[in-house]
Amino acid sequence: MLSWLRQKLTAFVGSLRELPDYAESPERYKILRRNMIILMLVVTLLPLFLMGLINHYLYRQTMHDEIVQPLKILVNKTRHSFEVFLAERLSAVSFIASSHTCEELADTNNLNRIFTVMKKEFSGVVDLGFLNPSGLQVSYDGPYNLRGKDYTEQDWYRETRVRGSYISDVFLGYRKLPHIVMAVERSATGTGTCSGCVLRATIDTNRFKELLAAMRVDPASDVFLLNKSGVFQTPSKYYGEVLETFPMPLPPLSYEPNVAELRDSRGQEVMLTYAYFESLPFILMVVKPRSQVMQAWYTLKTEAFFVFAIGVVIIFVVIFKLVDKLVKRLEESDLRREMAYREMQESSKLASIGRLAAGVAHEVNNPLAIINEKAGLIKDLAEFTPDFPQKDRLLPLTGAILQSVDRCRTITQRLLGFARRMDVSIQMLSLNEVIEEVLGFLEKEALHRNIDVQLNLAKDLPRIASDRGQLQQVFLNILNNAFDAVRDGGKVAITSFEVDVDTVGVSIQDDGQGMTQETMAHLFEPFFTTKKGYGTGLGLSITYGIVKKLGGDIKVKSQLGAGATFTVFLPKKALPLARE
Amino acid sequence: MRVLLVDDEIEFVSALAERLTLRGLEAQTAGSGVEALRKIDASPPDVVLLDVLMPGMSGLEVLKQIKKDHPQVQVILLTGRGSWDGIQGIREGAYDCLMKPIQIEELLQIMTDAVESGRKNRTQKGA
Repeated sequence: MLSWLRQKLTAFVGSLRELPDYAESPERYKILRRNMIILMLVVTLLPLFLMGLINHYLYRQTMHDEIVQPLKILVNKTRHSFEVFLAERLSAVSFIASSHTCEELADTNNLNRIFTVMKKEFSGVVDLGFLNPSGLQVSYDGPYNLRGKDYTEQDWYRETRVRGSYISDVFLGYRKLPHIVMAVERSATGTGTCSGCVLRATIDTNRFKELLAAMRVDPASDVFLLNKSGVFQTPSKYYGEVLETFPMPLPPLSYEPNVAELRDSRGQEVMLTYAYFESLPFILMVVKPRSQVMQAWYTLKTEAFFVFAIGVVIIFVVIFKLVDKLVKRLEESDLRREMAYREMQESSKLASIGRLAAGVAHEVNNPLAIINEKAGLIKDLAEFTPDFPQKDRLLPLTGAILQSVDRCRTITQRLLGFARRMDVSIQMLSLNEVIEEVLGFLEKEALHRNIDVQLNLAKDLPRIASDRGQLQQVFLNILNNAFDAVRDGGKVAITSFEVDVDTVGVSIQDDGQGMTQETMAHLFEPFFTTKKGYGTGLGLSITYGIVKKLGGDIKVKSQLGAGATFTVFLPKKALPLARE
Repeated sequence: MRVLLVDDEIEFVSALAERLTLRGLEAQTAGSGVEALRKIDASPPDVVLLDVLMPGMSGLEVLKQIKKDHPQVQVILLTGRGSWDGIQGIREGAYDCLMKPIQIEELLQIMTDAVESGRKNRTQKGA
């Protein structure tokens, strides 16, 4: 099973590494696409996930601490408040005990006075009592009738006698109300000789509640004081009343504010922030529902997840689209390259065929010429000799031979033309022929409009080497302009002549409206036209360009109202630039 | 009109020469460039019909030589190949270039034009 898996994996990774470039099947683009998508997804998503994970834990921790830290500080501060509160009162009691003699304290009136002052100065003191060394409360001031009570059996009394001073945790005393007691044993070093007397004050736990309320924890949280055995010293919102037991195991001892997370007695996940008091028998505890603590975190987590999900979706979409486009382009370019290659092959094949054809044609032309002349000679002999025997039979025969030679000639011309078509179009041509060809295009118009076309083409005009197609363009353009210039029934005269040993000329004259000097100056400029609206203004500029390229020149003569004459001069030999 | 036909293809050239003779021209033949130049130097014709492709001296070389030594002699090139020979020839001074096999009427016309043209140019130049 494992080996199969490993095999598959290796094959897959291998296929990723060697993206098939020149595989023949059309499958190769699918494979390429798939591989690219996978690669890109892995490369983008893996770091994203890792980042997401790392951030998840980091943020959770940070958020946690952000909630927890202030709570710890608050717990610390509140604990300190408690300690100060109780320390103040204990100091007061201690001071009173030390600064008065036992006799003074045993005197109820004195005690009353002291207590009144004490009550005024220190809030939360409920009563004050003085016990003799036997544990009997000999003087008392307070709301209850407790003078004469024996406290020897009470824990707090015993502790005070042992320790010298003592603060109790909350308990229900004789009065069935929760209070705490703080007591100080009068030491021998104080005023007077009494030792073993105890001065005792009761503190109202309401003050505790006030101190806790000052924390201003949020409504969902619970804050209370426990003693070190887990008994509530102040009432808890959710877990019990005063003197009931904390329903959960106590968190481990810690004087530094600490946090514990557990499931409470109601089944909820809660966070306990607590601190043990050092010298007092208390634990301060804040209970916060975990959901609340982590509320911000959950919100952040949801938002982050949202962004993450959208990001992943976008990544997917983008990658798919991108890869698709890329592969498509690749496919196209591969196709185009193949086509170009094939075209090249084709054209090189054609070129070879062309060259072959040209070679064949050339080879054939020579014997063909011989046949032509020989048969021609026979015909000539028959024709020129008056009594040639069997002339009537001979002439048709030679005629047939010569006709066949003509047919072959056409074929070889075509073959050579085919070869030539690859390259350039310079050829020996008769200008008169070209003009007549071009006139063929304008025949109909001339007929319709009754335009009189006069041809004065030189009969012995030498043939020139030039580009047939381009010359046709030139003359067509000039003739078109001439036709446009004349009215119906007008006249266009075309003359061809030999200028000198190197040059021939063609002039085209019309009796149309003519041109101004102004127009003539701009005549051959591109985009210059007098035909507003339908003229492109390009005809003559192109014509001028062609003539110049063929090594010739154009001249214009015109007078407004007296027609115009265009003369084209062309060299007999094509320019050196024209190569085959 | 006095014509010299230059071509290494004897059959062709002899038949053509005879045809021209039948039509009243004075036709001579030469089988190579060297022979042609010798005959031209001896007695210059009006027109030379020159084959482009010949062993030994090429038609073009002969043309150049003729134009150098006897500029008044008109040269018409003959080729079985294509117009490129023609263009080169024209540049070197040939009057025209015809493709084999030729139409004899066309040839006659061009030869006449060539001679006429040569004469006109000479009168113009005041030669």
